[in-house]
Amino acid sequence: MADLITRPNIPDPDRFYADLIKAYEALDEDAISSFSARLILLLTNHIGDPDVISQAVEEAARTHLVEE
Amino acid sequence: MLQDRYSLAFRLYPYERSSDQDSATPVRHPVVIMGGGPIGVATALDLGLQGIPVVVLDDHEGIGMGSRAICFAKRTLEIADRYGCGQPMLDKGVVWNLGKVFHDDRKIFEFNLLPEEGHKYPAFINLQQPYFEKFIVDRVREAQAAGAPIELRGKNRVDAVQVHDDHVTLEITTPEGPYTLEADWLIGADGAASPLRGMMGLNFEGRVFKDSFLIADIRMLNTQFPTERWFWFEPHFKSGASTLLHKQPDDTWRIDFQIGWDVDRKEELKEENIRRRLDAMLGPDVEYEMVWSSIYTFQCKRMDQFRHGRVIFAGDAAHQVSPFGARGANSGLQDVDNLGWKLGMVIKGQAPDRLLDSYHEERAYGADENILNSTRATDFITPKTAISHVFRNAVLDLAERHAFARPLVNSGRLSVPCTYDGLSLNSEDALTGGPARTRPGSPCPDAPVADSYLLSQLGGDFIVLTFDADAPDTLTEDGITARRLGLSALDDATGVLAERYLGQATSAVYLIRPDQHVAGRWDRYDESAIRAALRKACAKE
Repeated sequence: MADLITRPNIPDPDRFYADLIKAYEALDEDAISSFSARLILLLTNHIGDPDVISQAVEEAARTHLVEE
Repeated sequence: MLQDRYSLAFRLYPYERSSDQDSATPVRHPVVIMGGGPIGVATALDLGLQGIPVVVLDDHEGIGMGSRAICFAKRTLEIADRYGCGQPMLDKGVVWNLGKVFHDDRKIFEFNLLPEEGHKYPAFINLQQPYFEKFIVDRVREAQAAGAPIELRGKNRVDAVQVHDDHVTLEITTPEGPYTLEADWLIGADGAASPLRGMMGLNFEGRVFKDSFLIADIRMLNTQFPTERWFWFEPHFKSGASTLLHKQPDDTWRIDFQIGWDVDRKEELKEENIRRRLDAMLGPDVEYEMVWSSIYTFQCKRMDQFRHGRVIFAGDAAHQVSPFGARGANSGLQDVDNLGWKLGMVIKGQAPDRLLDSYHEERAYGADENILNSTRATDFITPKTAISHVFRNAVLDLAERHAFARPLVNSGRLSVPCTYDGLSLNSEDALTGGPARTRPGSPCPDAPVADSYLLSQLGGDFIVLTFDADAPDTLTEDGITARRLGLSALDDATGVLAERYLGQATSAVYLIRPDQHVAGRWDRYDESAIRAALRKACAKE
């Protein structure tokens, strides 16, 4: 079973982060949701491996619960 | 007293007085079936062809109007073929392979089903339900003429039942007054609203979907659409939140509009209101006449137990699914296929009563699979939350340009019969390298054999199917005889048989049940293993 990569894996973190925020800048609430959904679907398909995807889903949910 | 709840497409079993009505004491029948729809009549046909006397009671005198079930899948046609009425369904039905998916005003993609070669029947046909039912009743009439002990009693409404340990008593109303019958076995095939379920106080749990669909069957007068399935999500013509267009025989088209939950049914069913939706969709130049219309809502539910002693439920009475994926009537026919031989053997004393418990085990497993599939389709077509709607539309947006998103588009998955994996009638899989699709529990896939097809040669008995393996012509174990069907590479000009039944193996022996599911398989004829498997398949172990 492949593991979800959780160590740093993005070569230029500041640039990635800036690009991500920029991609959302001009969007209204509805467009934000659709854009996020399309992005998730594209990235998920790229990963493909169901084990990695379910670990990511689990991890995202866990972080969310901690914040609450 | 007996009021019709719907109008008839075919009046096929008009009321006739039965001598049972003049009997001083209630007459006992081996099997009584409540419900003269496709599931009830097919069950009667299965049992009648085995020589078991059976009486069907229905509160109407024939088949209701409307396309209703419309899509009949390969497995259903194969079962009908075994009963001798598959061919007229195929001859009348419409076969299609091309589907188009639209979102708003754009076609986002099209698909071709590319049917697998080497099957007698196509993946499915479109056929108005009344024809499907009529072909079964026609076959019953033919079987009756040849001596099959089947009775269809129209305008016989069951008003009360008393269930005993070894029989059921039924109070029946007819146009000429009431009478009482007794049945060793009672089959509840009385539909989604099953009065029998209500009379017995049995629960029916599941999920109700808050949406309704307006169906219109229309006959085109001055135009034709191609023989394709067109599905719109959020169509620009605004006639529904989704819309499905399907071709049927007789130049008739079936259109389903998703119209929401809070609708005034009476208002929506007025012809001018239906025409308003149709005109918006079809444009001003298309002339058509209305054939039939209806509004349906649906639920995904099933009974906890399909068997209650001497009472057994089948079809929509036992389980209900959303219509997406055509798993209603199709799964009902699989119930019939599963129940027929088991009840037949129990009645003939060839198998213990507990064989009927496996009917619940296998068909509830099938119902759960169908409910899962149709619930998923329903959630895609009619998203229940804002975020579900966002993801659905994101999939549709991406599907237009990217192939990866197309398998996520779910407007109903093709109904396929389930494999009874790990259930109690199966024996071991002792065929090393055998194909997964024919593992124990699987329905046998068809294949060309010489100048015919495999399933046509299986019939409705236990079969020892051998490929390049020796075996005796028959094998009898505790009163059950299995007949050998011996095949070799010479029968397999196309190589399809080897691909579906041998895989990497060089020889194979299959034990096949009367409903054409695989009970067990081996690489050679191992008599003691096959005897044990035959006992197990009849719940004798």
